Amino acid sequence: MDQIKQTSCYHCGDECKTEISFDDKTFCCNGCKTVYEIFSENDLTCYYDLEAAPGSIPKEIEGKYDFLSQKNIIEKLTEFDDGNTQIATLYIPHIHCSSCIWILENLNKLNPNITSSQVNFGKKTIRVTYKSETCSLKDVVLLLSSIGYEPYISLDDFKTGNQNVNRSLIYKLGIAGFAFGNVMFLSFPEYFEVGEFWLEQYKHLFRWLMFAFSLPVVFYAGRDYFVSAYKGLRSNLLNIDVPIALGIAVLFLRSTVEILFDLGSGFFDSLTGLVFFLLLGKFFQQKTYTFLSFERDYKSYFPIAITKINSKGNETPIQVYDIEKGDRLLIRNEELIPVDGILINGKAKIDYSFVTGESESVSKQSGDKLFAGGKQTSGVIEMEAIKSVEQSYLTQLWSNDVFSKNKEDGFTTLTNTISKRFTYIVLSIAIISTTFWLFVDASKAMNVFTAVLIIACPCAIALSAPFTFGNLLRIFGKLKFYVKNASVIEQLAAINTIIFDKTGTITSNKSSSANYDGIALTPSEELLLKNTLRGSNHPLSRTLYDILEEHNIITLNHFEEHLGKGIEATHNNEHIKIGSASFVGAKETSVLNTTVHISTNNQYKGKYTFYNSYRKGLSKLFNKLKKHYDLVILSGDNEGEFENLKKLLPSKTKLIFNQRPDDKLEYIKYHQTEGAKVLMIGDGLNDAGALAQSNVGIAISENVNVFSPACDAILDASKFNQLYKFIKASKRAITIIKWSFVLSFIYNIIGLYFAVTGQLAPVVAAILMPLSSISIVVFTTIATNIVGRKLSKS
Amino acid sequence: MSVIYILLSISIIVAIFFFIAFITAVKSGQYDDSYTPSVRMLFEDELVKEQPKPSIKTKQD
Repeated sequence: MDQIKQTSCYHCGDECKTEISFDDKTFCCNGCKTVYEIFSENDLTCYYDLEAAPGSIPKEIEGKYDFLSQKNIIEKLTEFDDGNTQIATLYIPHIHCSSCIWILENLNKLNPNITSSQVNFGKKTIRVTYKSETCSLKDVVLLLSSIGYEPYISLDDFKTGNQNVNRSLIYKLGIAGFAFGNVMFLSFPEYFEVGEFWLEQYKHLFRWLMFAFSLPVVFYAGRDYFVSAYKGLRSNLLNIDVPIALGIAVLFLRSTVEILFDLGSGFFDSLTGLVFFLLLGKFFQQKTYTFLSFERDYKSYFPIAITKINSKGNETPIQVYDIEKGDRLLIRNEELIPVDGILINGKAKIDYSFVTGESESVSKQSGDKLFAGGKQTSGVIEMEAIKSVEQSYLTQLWSNDVFSKNKEDGFTTLTNTISKRFTYIVLSIAIISTTFWLFVDASKAMNVFTAVLIIACPCAIALSAPFTFGNLLRIFGKLKFYVKNASVIEQLAAINTIIFDKTGTITSNKSSSANYDGIALTPSEELLLKNTLRGSNHPLSRTLYDILEEHNIITLNHFEEHLGKGIEATHNNEHIKIGSASFVGAKETSVLNTTVHISTNNQYKGKYTFYNSYRKGLSKLFNKLKKHYDLVILSGDNEGEFENLKKLLPSKTKLIFNQRPDDKLEYIKYHQTEGAKVLMIGDGLNDAGALAQSNVGIAISENVNVFSPACDAILDASKFNQLYKFIKASKRAITIIKWSFVLSFIYNIIGLYFAVTGQLAPVVAAILMPLSSISIVVFTTIATNIVGRKLSKS
Repeated sequence: MSVIYILLSISIIVAIFFFIAFITAVKSGQYDDSYTPSVRMLFEDELVKEQPKPSIKTKQD
């Protein structure tokens, strides 16, 4: 009877409930010990030297990867196959430290048929090259799983060929930077020593070289601005790219005309610099979280293959897309039901929390209908498919056109609002000053007209938003709030209604609280209860075990788990039964909450009632939010928690229960037509429609590496109570942008003075343009960092 | 002063050479993962210390 010691596992770092000693090291389970054994046999213990306790517990995978022996599935998963060598890229969520990189890149020591393996840490993928004659993809996956690095293979991987990485922005940036540098060198002599003998001699050569360098900048690097301006004009929209494109075009044409007729040296330096800075802003804004995906649909949640039982009773793995109506399928414990069907055999206990928002799993009898997306949680079942994957109840949600719409289309950014007026003002200044010069000195009129358009090119305005939002994206990312792109921050600042999902969003998945009512348990009964729960892996047992006080470990004389009913155990002369009301022998009372009943020695004692455990700081957050926003709870669950929530949340909060996925979507749509700017916060597949329909959809995630539905931002669950601060920071970002607009207008006015008076020399443009851009970058970076510091302090 | 033609062409050739090097580097995927190589770089030394048998080392880079 040892007191439980708090030692942590040498392999995974978890607290050891039962200690296993091996090689002077302690392990929490046999799985961890086995991984250690594999490593030590192969001289790979360096794994533990790089980082302390870097591993994870290997999971039971018996039969799970049988589908990998199928030729057509291997074809889809490998990116290269010449008969001898295959290359496959696998996504491994557990990759998290340098030890992981080291061990995964030394796979060849564990299996010599693996020729090389390369980790991409950012994407958490491993690219394995192996000899396909002696080693199969299944072997590789099994090896990875056996050392605790189980790859995650989902229906999303079901696409052929390599995905093309879009690197065009880097190319464009490279070209613009290259041209900018060289043009600067070539134009430098003419800035100061005008009229010098040798300069006169060679200036034509220099100028034509500059012209040559600027060609790819205008026609390749700057092409996007012309395309975007054209698109904007066609849809009657004066976006920021219109004055930019105009500026680039005028710069290029005037410079070409100048060198053609030997009028001057042109503005090639300003032209290339302008494009370079603009692209730099684009590049900076393009912060991507390679390990996160904001575009996931049900495909990344669904398995790629499932076991089919054919008419002779043989089990064969088949692709999920190949499932036909009437197929008989075998679903193992912890596997996902891929299609709607009817339960044939076995005890089904389906966890629908991700699909419907119901917090507790439901039991099904044979003959009952099962819906796709549920997870089987007890034993093996057999089912018959009645629909194909795409036609299932859940997956049909994705045929709603809200998923094909682009949210940014209907949103006018602050920059574009400004640019509309800006363009009009600049054009009128250009026309007025040109008319003025036509009367005063007609030879200068064209000069002034182009100069105004050149100097008014809103480089600084165009850079304000990218650098402010880009920097804020990085700050948010450090605080575990991962935002898809800059426009999301802008939309977040404009919302007026916040809608929350209940299960998994405002409640936490990890723990719930339980209340006991009934006859008080004696200390020996409590001891027995705790020890009985220890042996059970049922989620409710685990939860209850964690809630109960610590007790000594005793060895049970008898222990039995009845699937779907409960557990019973004896110690000395005491007998205990824990489980459902009917199992324990209590009267079934119809309550909406989950209960666990207990009886000892065939005498009913009482029950534990589980309540959702709400996230820390929930009521505080709601009380802060209620002053500025309309708050709604939209839950797929029943009304069991109604009273509880009413007490917890401000009275203005609307509580709506029993919402199906498409109900949620319609609810948001309806309120949007009434002018609401909706922020939806959800977590499961059932919120996917609502997240897509809302102006900003944030997915709450306990672990950002596991699945979260398509959304605009992912918020780590631990930062849930900071939500209001993130919204406030977004609002501050808008203020920063407005101030930097003011700053760039000042530069524009200075520049316009030179332009209108007809004395814009290339050197003035070459100084003013980079100066305004750089000072905007400095200003926005410092300002956002101040906002960020405030944010991380609290 | 006609040497300037030679100098100019040399400087432009050098510039273009580096430019091509940049393009090939991007194309080969060098900029796709900017973190892992920084960690990987540190392993090789430790590996040699831990592993006195260099014959097993088959890792390709």
